[in-house]
Amino acid sequence: MTGAGRERAPAIGARLPRKEDPRLLRGLGRFGDDFTARGQLWARMVRSPVAHGRIRSVDTTRARRAAGVVTAVTAASLPAGLAIPVRLKVQDIDLNDYLQPILATNRVRYVGEPLAVVLAEDPYLAEDAAELVDVDIDEAPAVLDAAAAAAPGSDRLFASGNVAADFTLGYGDVETAFAQAARVVQIDVEIGRHSGVPLEPRTLLADVDPLTGALSLFGMTKVPVFNRDVLASLLGIDETLIHVHAVDAGGGFGVRGEFYPEDFLVPWLAHVLRRPVKWVEDRAEHLVAANHSRQQSHRIAAAFDSEGRITGLRDEVVHDNGAYCRTHGILVPELTVAMLPGPYRIPAYHGRIQVVLTNKTPCGTYRAPGRFEGTTAREQLLDVAADQLGMDRVELRQRNLLAPRELPCQRPMSTLGTDVVLDAGDYPALLAAAVAEAARLGYPAEVGRGRQAGRLRGLGLAAFLEKSGLGPQETADVMVSNTGAVHVFSGGTSLGQGIETALAQIAADALGVDPAAVSVVNGDTNLQPFGGGSWASRSTVVAGSAVHAAASAVRLRAAQIAARILEASEDDLAEGDRAEGDRGERGGGFHIRGDPTAAVSLAEIARATAPASRYLLPGEPAGLSARRRFEVAHMTYPYGVHVAVVEVDPGTGQVQVLRYLVAYEVGRAINPMMVEGQLRGGAAQGIGGALLEEFCYDEAGQPQSATFMDYRMPTAAEVPPIDILVEQQAPAPGNPLGVKGAGEGGVSAAGAAVASAVRDALGLADSVGRLPLTPARVRALAGSSSRAADDPGGRPEFLGALGHMAEAGPGLTSGRPAATPATTDH
Amino acid sequence: MKDIHLIRLRVNDREHELAVESRRTLADMLRHDLGYTGTHLGCEHGICGACTVLVDGSPARACLMFGVQADGREIRTVEGLADGEQLSDLQQAFSDHHGLQCGFCTPGFLMLAEAYLSDTASDGTDPTEAQVRELVASNLCRCTGYQGIIEAVLATARSRRSAGAP
Repeated sequence: MTGAGRERAPAIGARLPRKEDPRLLRGLGRFGDDFTARGQLWARMVRSPVAHGRIRSVDTTRARRAAGVVTAVTAASLPAGLAIPVRLKVQDIDLNDYLQPILATNRVRYVGEPLAVVLAEDPYLAEDAAELVDVDIDEAPAVLDAAAAAAPGSDRLFASGNVAADFTLGYGDVETAFAQAARVVQIDVEIGRHSGVPLEPRTLLADVDPLTGALSLFGMTKVPVFNRDVLASLLGIDETLIHVHAVDAGGGFGVRGEFYPEDFLVPWLAHVLRRPVKWVEDRAEHLVAANHSRQQSHRIAAAFDSEGRITGLRDEVVHDNGAYCRTHGILVPELTVAMLPGPYRIPAYHGRIQVVLTNKTPCGTYRAPGRFEGTTAREQLLDVAADQLGMDRVELRQRNLLAPRELPCQRPMSTLGTDVVLDAGDYPALLAAAVAEAARLGYPAEVGRGRQAGRLRGLGLAAFLEKSGLGPQETADVMVSNTGAVHVFSGGTSLGQGIETALAQIAADALGVDPAAVSVVNGDTNLQPFGGGSWASRSTVVAGSAVHAAASAVRLRAAQIAARILEASEDDLAEGDRAEGDRGERGGGFHIRGDPTAAVSLAEIARATAPASRYLLPGEPAGLSARRRFEVAHMTYPYGVHVAVVEVDPGTGQVQVLRYLVAYEVGRAINPMMVEGQLRGGAAQGIGGALLEEFCYDEAGQPQSATFMDYRMPTAAEVPPIDILVEQQAPAPGNPLGVKGAGEGGVSAAGAAVASAVRDALGLADSVGRLPLTPARVRALAGSSSRAADDPGGRPEFLGALGHMAEAGPGLTSGRPAATPATTDH
Repeated sequence: MKDIHLIRLRVNDREHELAVESRRTLADMLRHDLGYTGTHLGCEHGICGACTVLVDGSPARACLMFGVQADGREIRTVEGLADGEQLSDLQQAFSDHHGLQCGFCTPGFLMLAEAYLSDTASDGTDPTEAQVRELVASNLCRCTGYQGIIEAVLATARSRRSAGAP
């Protein structure tokens, strides 16, 4: 078999339109709330109105009597002792004391904690009745400050205290590095509490077989197989009685699809009542019920030698995890300290993190968990250090980035149960490319022009390391049906990222067919019972590699059958079945080399594998299909650089992002259009976290960000056009496709790059201190700015470096600003 | 006691007559009573715009209208844009410019843009990037960063104008 047949343009690498688009554009996507079961009941959660207190009573008497109500349940109705288990256990730390119960029993610990469920014939009636549930809580002081909560003597949320975990990752002799340093630089950086906030709220429909109690679930995504198994275990039934269906999902971002209390309550009620139950979260609920993320404070310090080389890095982190440890356990804290050294050469490192529980919504992952936070802290530190060392910001980073000859680099730490082995790349080259691209695009000139006109403009830059492709395994089935249609049943899940299209492109190339012939189903637990789900930028890497293996196996089997049909040796076969006319259009068939009339299409091959076919040997299974598993021990580590140009209005404190560049090494782009889309969308979310989004609480622990008026997500007015530089210079060595994940690189350094630019615009000597950089904070920073009114300056040496790096590039205008006009309020 | 009203409206050129409770939102009525599930609810307080439909040709938040207020009105939803399987020029432009990812907000942006393009076509002007950006800032998208949406609207405006030019 050779590829001597007709030429087929590879699907991998092509900017193919997405397979998902037509149905979504026509309004024919199938999201959770679009599913309806005959006779379904509507569930409405009753949530705690107070942040902290002892429950005296939850009385459903009046609610049960309300119109249309079928039942109302409290913790007393539930099987005893149920709690949401941790999905990702790390560092062998036991969190059993801090798990969230399905419904609160003795105490409530955050506003929004589920207390009861009302079931009614209609969603409006369910909501009416929920207001009739009488909740009596003996309110206690709310514990809201993580650092104070960690201190001895604080009010306690749990008998075992408020610190769920306190651990350290690191290596090398940090003490000596700091003791012998030519210079030590230390800053404090806080990251505000925010989260993924997908546009579709959570939904779940549980349909039920009245005979067996078997459940069909619509709306569970991200990790459906894991959630199915958790649910089966909590219900005490066999997992095959639960079928999680593939649905469209209105964005995931880490938040959607984890196992929440509602994911037990809705199926449990359906299972017990033998009636379908539907639940649709509203936005106000989502903002207090779904996972929060990000809130940390860092005290980070680096030791430098006289040449500006880092000899040691130290970070003390306090992580505000909210009221419980949910499915992610302490994963985000672990990722924070494990990834903190980033792409740099760090001879000695000490990262300690305290995971503190407070009376706020519990936390989980949000796109680039731990990296958004840690990258902000580390890159602010480098900016401050560059100033103190009298060095250019780019030069300081170039001096400290790991060189290609130092890779692979194993850091003596683990995260997500894997050793940290930075696999392949050229970090300094990507930084240089990003700086050159920013210069080519006129970023420094734009800063310079603005400053000449008296505006407070700044240029920011941040380098980061990502991780992707988490194993330990992913499984895929590929099957060809009688018409030659190719079906992929993947363990990934569709959260809006375009994974159907990416997997179709991978399968198409492995089989030699047109991607249009491939259909992909993700996240159906019956069609793919061994899926690991979509998270951690893993799907293109691990699901893609599994699909590649399964499709390649089908290709080999097809060649074997083709040889039997054509009565030829496999060695004499060539790809393509042109002689078959339109049957050959989809590709995947074979002909005898030199005789295009002796051809067989993929459809004919598939039909030749039917039971009782004469082309099957005794004992061979029927069907043209294969299941393959891709296993991988280590993650693959993409990396990148963000560059931002901002303008600060000193009067209002508003920060406008004028230009933004994401430069990213992706190994190999299956669909460059989708890679760019991931990076752009990520950058928009990152800008939101840097400038706008924050879950605020009052002193009683009442959420102050419970609508989209108060939780401010960026609109098109806040997000500039995002420039993208996708590099494919460093294919991942650990998978057959060479791919690295692209899901999170747009977010990782956005907080850092925006902070860097604002600091530059304001001419701060210290760090920006805290994200988000809201107008009030920026006004305060501007008041403390060291910049004299007659110095619009900033850091000309950095602008100079940008210009210098790009001298050979086209369209370069000098980035060095003239230092004349005065800065005035405007 | 439910307060029920009998109303009549046209949705995507199809006549509907139904009994609807006075407090039922237009969005719930379209989705759950009439089956137009392409209209999505992202916030139910008028900010995100995912539920945007055209009421007598003007964009409106279907979460902020009651169903009874649609009595006698002409409603257009996302399901009314394509001609069978043939996407409209605007829908095709969204795909070409990668103006959608999860697709949840997309119906709202499509209806918003459709109304805008009809208006600008009638006054014979070519919208600028800044104008389209301001329009697109009416709604929230959490996936795309808006760039593909803006490009799609601009491209459709250009192609409609050149097609309509004498």
